Amino acid sequence: MPGLNEIDELMRDFLVESYENLDRLDRDFVALETNPSEFEKLASIFRTIHTIKGTCGCLGLGKLEAVAHVGENLLSRLREGQMLMDTEITTALLRLVDAVREILRHIETTGNEGNGDYSAVCRELVRLNDRPTAGSTKLTATDDSSSLTTTLDAKQDDTSASLEEMVLSATNAEIETNEANTLITPEFKEASVLVSQKSTDDHPIESTSAAPLSSAPVHTNTTRAVPQEPTDETAGDGHPAAEAVHAGGTGAAAQPKDKADESLLSNAIRVDVKLLDKLMNLVGELVLARNQVLQHSSAQKNEPSLLRTAQRLNLITTELQEGVMKTRMQPIGNLWNKFPRIVRDVATSCHKKVRIEMEGRETELDKTIIEAIKDPLTHVIRNSVDHGVESPAQRLAAGKPEEGRLFMRAYHEGGQVIIEISDDGKGIDSEVIKRKAAERGLISAEQAAKMSEREAVNLIFLPGFSTTEQITNVSGRGVGMDVVKTNVERIGGTVDVKTRIGEGTTLRIKIPLTLAIIPALIITSGGEQFAIPQVSLLELVRLDEGSSGIEKINGTPLYRLRGNLLPLVYLNQEMKLKLDGPNGRTAGKSANIVVLRGGERQFGLVVDQINDTEEIVVKPLGKQLKGVSVFAGATIMGDGRVALILDVMGLAQRANVVSQSSDEANRDAAAKASAVSTDRQMLLLCKLQGGQRMVIPLSLVARLEEFPRSGLESAGGQSVVQYRGQIMPLIDVAEVLADKRSRARMRLAAKDQPDIEMIQVVVYSHEGRNIGLQVEQVLDIVEERVQLQSTGVRLGVLGTTIIKDKVTELLDVKAVVQNAALLLAAA
Amino acid sequence: MNDTKQYCSFFVDDLFFGVEVREVQEVIRYLEMTQVPLAAAEIGGLINLRGQIVTAVDLRRRLKLPDRKPGQFPMNVVVRTDDAAVSLLVDEIGDVLQVDKESFESPPETLNGVARELIAGVYKLKGRLLLVLDTQKAVNVIAAAA
Repeated sequence: MPGLNEIDELMRDFLVESYENLDRLDRDFVALETNPSEFEKLASIFRTIHTIKGTCGCLGLGKLEAVAHVGENLLSRLREGQMLMDTEITTALLRLVDAVREILRHIETTGNEGNGDYSAVCRELVRLNDRPTAGSTKLTATDDSSSLTTTLDAKQDDTSASLEEMVLSATNAEIETNEANTLITPEFKEASVLVSQKSTDDHPIESTSAAPLSSAPVHTNTTRAVPQEPTDETAGDGHPAAEAVHAGGTGAAAQPKDKADESLLSNAIRVDVKLLDKLMNLVGELVLARNQVLQHSSAQKNEPSLLRTAQRLNLITTELQEGVMKTRMQPIGNLWNKFPRIVRDVATSCHKKVRIEMEGRETELDKTIIEAIKDPLTHVIRNSVDHGVESPAQRLAAGKPEEGRLFMRAYHEGGQVIIEISDDGKGIDSEVIKRKAAERGLISAEQAAKMSEREAVNLIFLPGFSTTEQITNVSGRGVGMDVVKTNVERIGGTVDVKTRIGEGTTLRIKIPLTLAIIPALIITSGGEQFAIPQVSLLELVRLDEGSSGIEKINGTPLYRLRGNLLPLVYLNQEMKLKLDGPNGRTAGKSANIVVLRGGERQFGLVVDQINDTEEIVVKPLGKQLKGVSVFAGATIMGDGRVALILDVMGLAQRANVVSQSSDEANRDAAAKASAVSTDRQMLLLCKLQGGQRMVIPLSLVARLEEFPRSGLESAGGQSVVQYRGQIMPLIDVAEVLADKRSRARMRLAAKDQPDIEMIQVVVYSHEGRNIGLQVEQVLDIVEERVQLQSTGVRLGVLGTTIIKDKVTELLDVKAVVQNAALLLAAA
Repeated sequence: MNDTKQYCSFFVDDLFFGVEVREVQEVIRYLEMTQVPLAAAEIGGLINLRGQIVTAVDLRRRLKLPDRKPGQFPMNVVVRTDDAAVSLLVDEIGDVLQVDKESFESPPETLNGVARELIAGVYKLKGRLLLVLDTQKAVNVIAAAA
């Protein structure tokens, strides 16, 4: 009799494994429904249910065993080809999966099987099982053999159950060693031979076509038992397991598969997430300590060895941080696994046909973010199927294929992850949206009349909005897209919707890779330091003393930013901080405005001082402070002091910048801003040596910097400059673009101009490396619609356009950087 | 059965408090604090405890006692709570006392106000009373509505 702890362990392993298997079942069933003849899938499903049943018997879980048993009976008939999969059967089997899941959850939380009543499911399964067989040429024969099959089943169960026992005990004993693999495999091979022999012995009456089938699955069962473990370890959610199983199936395919799994097993170990969290915390602290050391070492200029050591520490810490961060990354596919089932369920309940396609399921995201986007994504998918895709009849009438298509795509872009969910449904009719919003009193009739299409579409994100006349059990309760939006924004993401009537809707969610360590702007207000996450930062504006930038309407301060009114929020007032002595902001003094994005709205935060940007480690606040919505957390600064991290959304709400939906002015501005962003581009306008004007897409610009000419150094013929603890190569844009002759001339000219003391550099960040593009002068940031003309196209220039009435070239940053590398190699 | 318990004692104003030793993570001198604007008045601030950010609850404020005089710095009694460590700001740290369970008594009925809520009982020591602080309740500060 095993001790209590061993049972616990056994139970835990059983739970973990079963959950993983069940997740896979959901997918398999849906796949099977579309293609009922896929025997490998059917066999894999059968094995899963069978494993659960077998282990249940071993652990004394009678109820679960009973439920699993009826399912197994039905499945075994399906597997033997006596029945074909149809919607009714799939539904019943999915209900079975739900029941099993419910019992498992009960076991997990309370330790017993609970007192749920699953007799309805069982009856349904039995009923389906007793249904006349499909294409039964030998009805009487099957009737006879059915009693035989049950006894047979029981026998098979016995052998398999003991086999499962072996699997469990063996894997328990040596899960993480390589020996386990070599130990287990031969043992199982033997066992499998034994079992398959037995089953064939016991099957003399069965038709010949059934015989190979019945032995084959048992065989694959045993070969699979080994690979099952490694996949648990790598994915934790078992989706690669599914692929492995699908790949296998026949005896011939099983051979190379075993090998692949062997390497998987030896390369992967199972690690508790808590341990990773702890490591992450420790690395976070190391980052803080590193920051402190760096601060100290840069102050001690006469200690070169300390400086060197500090630089090394810096590099190692950065790498370690990246490494640990990677361990927490999970492919988004783990989350997506459950979507086919959801899509199927929703589609069935509203009598639609929808197919789901996925791309980029290997895109990785931090575990915490995966958790955070789970609900929003689920909701979006339900919505797409329920509201987006039309009924089959409507689709056919519109000349579309009967089956709707839901397409999910995930990919990395600029340090963020983009998730797109598109459907080919009817699209969102802005007129309908406006009418509904007006009916629900969310906007007034005049507002509706004035609204642009894009603006109207974005109304779906308003709290309380719903288009459905009837509340279905799927969606339409009016709680929905606004929750999606808030949840995504809470983790620093954005949601955007694009739609075309009759063609479909695409929802684009942009989220950061990780939450634990983020770049932030450090500011001071009222003598306290605060950190502002860089994601919500748009730009910094400094008003010099005496400039009359700030205007007031009825006491509300505003600033004219490129013609738009920007509401201002004084951080020290909002936080009820003491004014900074006599230096507190009074009219006429200089001011620093941090332009932030809170939801759709921009606002300016007036602070006393802007310090620097820094990578900060986000630490949660204690529950005593959870109610203070203006803070997202706290962090420890380089000097060891604690600084609070501002929650930009919370701050905007507190300051009433993000106001009620009736605030027309806000809405107009937001619409303008969003309209601009669609067909216009933000461009950085620079002047090069020799007076050429050049624009660089602002999206490619990491930062703008100024370096003293004396700070330029040379490494291997390349100008470099020390920048944020890295050596950043500098590329003189004019030089790269120039032909040979003018290049020489320019060098001479540059020598003649030593009087320019500061050089201006546009920092471009590529694959974690910074590259400085040296320009003569940064002129402005403009928003323009770029209409390229091909005149003047050459290496490094994408084309010519007219900006501010002057001919300007659009720089091809990538080409310039590549070319510079080539030039360097040639020199 | 053990019939003695160990208490870490400290002073808040003229009150003599004790927290059972196993609840105390550590006791440290004054640490610089970061104020949290808009938080409840009882929140003393945030301290950096070797890389951990710990919320400090000012026991004087919590017990509705007058504030410390300027220049008088509080000490930290860091206690473990359900979700995280919390520092209790006290005036002065006393000894670790071994007390007899026999001398325990429930708080007197006549005690009222916040004290009634936060004092779990009283040990009758020689010459003075040791008030047992209910730490879970003491750190349960509801943030002021933001």
